[in-house]
Amino acid sequence: MSTLIDKERFRSEPEARALIARIHDLAREPVSLMEVCGTHTVAISRAGLRSLMPGGLKLLSGPGCPVCVTPLAEIDRAIAASRLPNVILTTFGDMMRVPGSESTLEKEKAEGADVRILYGPLQAIEIAEENPDREVVFVGVGFETTSPTIAATVVEAKRRGIENLSVFPFFKTVPRALDMLARVPGRPLDGYICPGHVSAIIGSDAYLPTVREHNMPCVVTGFEPLDILAGVVMLLEQAETVRAGGAAKVENQYSRAVTPEGNRAALAIIADVFDECDAEWREIGVIPMSGHEFSERYRSFDARDRLDIDVPEATGPSGCICGEIMLGMKIPTDCPLFAGRCTPREPVGPCMVSTEGACAAFYKYDRESV
Amino acid sequence: MCLAVPGRIIEIEDQTAKVDFGGITREANLMLIEDATVGEYVLIHAGFAIQRLSAEEAEETLRLFGELAQAIEEEDERKK
Ligand code: SF4
Repeated sequence: MSTLIDKERFRSEPEARALIARIHDLAREPVSLMEVCGTHTVAISRAGLRSLMPGGLKLLSGPGCPVCVTPLAEIDRAIAASRLPNVILTTFGDMMRVPGSESTLEKEKAEGADVRILYGPLQAIEIAEENPDREVVFVGVGFETTSPTIAATVVEAKRRGIENLSVFPFFKTVPRALDMLARVPGRPLDGYICPGHVSAIIGSDAYLPTVREHNMPCVVTGFEPLDILAGVVMLLEQAETVRAGGAAKVENQYSRAVTPEGNRAALAIIADVFDECDAEWREIGVIPMSGHEFSERYRSFDARDRLDIDVPEATGPSGCICGEIMLGMKIPTDCPLFAGRCTPREPVGPCMVSTEGACAAFYKYDRESV
Repeated sequence: MCLAVPGRIIEIEDQTAKVDFGGITREANLMLIEDATVGEYVLIHAGFAIQRLSAEEAEETLRLFGELAQAIEEEDERKK
């Protein structure tokens, strides 16, 4: 079987042991690295890598879970849309249990709202075609990995002349967020484990401005244990160079899926369907040019304009420190509610709801080891 | 949420491919891949192929892991 499908060779123990030895060798000074991808968060926790790291090396989880950074007001807006009589609300499964100010999509569904979980956004087109008298609304959450799939869906819907489909554009983009995170005062940061599948779309060159502006090491990393360990080694080597006065660079550990320029076809569809815009990240605030909204040509697909929804001011959970966790200031076990009042069964904050949130990953895999 | 799964294109009809994930077959849309061909490996996310994969690069990465492991082993031997 091809190594591209058979992952065993990326999990081999002798190599893992060698990489871990190298990490211990390199991390003699305190070092903090941050991953900004929920899939990395889970992969690191699941492989138990945190407990194998030397004491001085911190692996921080940044705002890499698109569900976790969707503002409460937007969740409330999606919930309000699901209550409209003529609406079929479609979404990825991760959004169902995220608490809004006073409900969740899951609760609304139990109470009779027509909420449907999709495997991919193209299914929304089928639903729209089958239900010409109803408005099909898709909750568009995701980073650059996901936004081209939704852009392609909208292009296809337009081609087929479908007029009863719209999308909430809650999309976020990664590079400008990395710039903002590099500037957080009082929290040292020595490098980014850059998101592998976001980078498959945007290309590793997308991080060049961050590297130049902040002299911040960036390594695009895959998701298997050996990939992540190798990415950490590359970042530690760069951190050493930077400490000695040298220049940081972008490196690409995940070259089997990521090229410097990214996926041209996907980037062209994104550029056609979306414009860049400022975006609010939950618990973090507005980050300039870190979101996507519909371009003039596709504006008619914006669910915010199509539906008449007014949501009251959002009220968030008190005591939750997801914001500080996503900025890399704290880790989940620092939260007084962690594993007590806040658990995956009864989540208080977004980082515990989404399986890719830092709190949920820590709860499931790391509780004993940290 | 950015999980993507590697698979091999085994059939193409218009914009839709049949993709084999080591035994399980599913359909994926090819709108985001330029000139996809049967036999190629691609990453699938949310029903779309989002990027093609390179077998040569995968082998190269594995070779680097092997080299590093060997270098560290040799160093350990020397220390003994
Ligand atoms: S443990 Fe719960 S309340 Fe605490 S930061 Fe995480 S999600 Fe928020």
